[in-house]
Amino acid sequence: MIIDILIASCVVIGGLFGFVGSFGLLKLNDPMSRMHAPTKATTLGVGGVLIGSMVHAWAYEGHVSAHELLITLFLLVTAPVTANFLAKVFLNQQTKPDDLPGPSTCSLWATHDKPEHRRAAPGQQTDT
Amino acid sequence: MKLLNRFLPHPLLTLMLTVIWLLLVNRFSLNSLLFGFFLGLLIPVITQPYWPNRPKLKKPLKLISYALLVIWDIVVANVAVARIVLFMPNSKRRPAWVEIPLDIRTPEAIAMLGGTITMTPGTLTADISAQGRSLLVHCLHAPDTDEIRDEIKTRYEARLKEIFG
Repeated sequence: MIIDILIASCVVIGGLFGFVGSFGLLKLNDPMSRMHAPTKATTLGVGGVLIGSMVHAWAYEGHVSAHELLITLFLLVTAPVTANFLAKVFLNQQTKPDDLPGPSTCSLWATHDKPEHRRAAPGQQTDT
Repeated sequence: MKLLNRFLPHPLLTLMLTVIWLLLVNRFSLNSLLFGFFLGLLIPVITQPYWPNRPKLKKPLKLISYALLVIWDIVVANVAVARIVLFMPNSKRRPAWVEIPLDIRTPEAIAMLGGTITMTPGTLTADISAQGRSLLVHCLHAPDTDEIRDEIKTRYEARLKEIFG
């Protein structure tokens, strides 16, 4: 009974965070902010469901299941990469170097490091 | 020692591959342990040419405490982001770009820092400077950008610097 409640609450918490992640996509009003909702809220969303699944396997099937740990691991490794790719596409298509706080250590951010922008920023030291 | 280096170029990777294989099999047995260890020996030897300047981990054990810290921060981040998404009107939210100047230089450490920033409270790594000396981070709600920069530098970068040396 207690274990049932534990499993149920894990799954419900996971579902709630999954919902918040999708809701954030609708509610937030600029592209970069919109990316925050799915990258974060879904990690705990998926995490909650996976913890529920592990407790279920341990309590009802009598063995320790490790696949969930692997899913978490792979998710943690891959989610930032997708987010970074999306951010780079946004930077490339929707922003100019002047829209961002320029890097203090050199002249351009990597995504903007293209010939047309290099020429457009005279007076700054060029990359070597 | 040289012979050992040749057949075991990356002991940590060997250990990790063995453990991941066991987790994939999902049931412990001597067979899968041996096969996992075999893969753990084979893969580092085959892939070694692709890792020419592999950084040496100075304090690999610190990775464990770092991972626990990050997992805790992810839980906190989820609640914080959920509150912003659900209860804060868009007009009150202050999204901002923050530049994080980097002290760490190894690509692996910077990649880990970037990943950590993306997974933790309201921040997202967007880009790196052309020479790899600073990160561009987007904040979901940042009334004070200096505070966020300092927190990332002291909380994560300092620890990674210790680990990677």
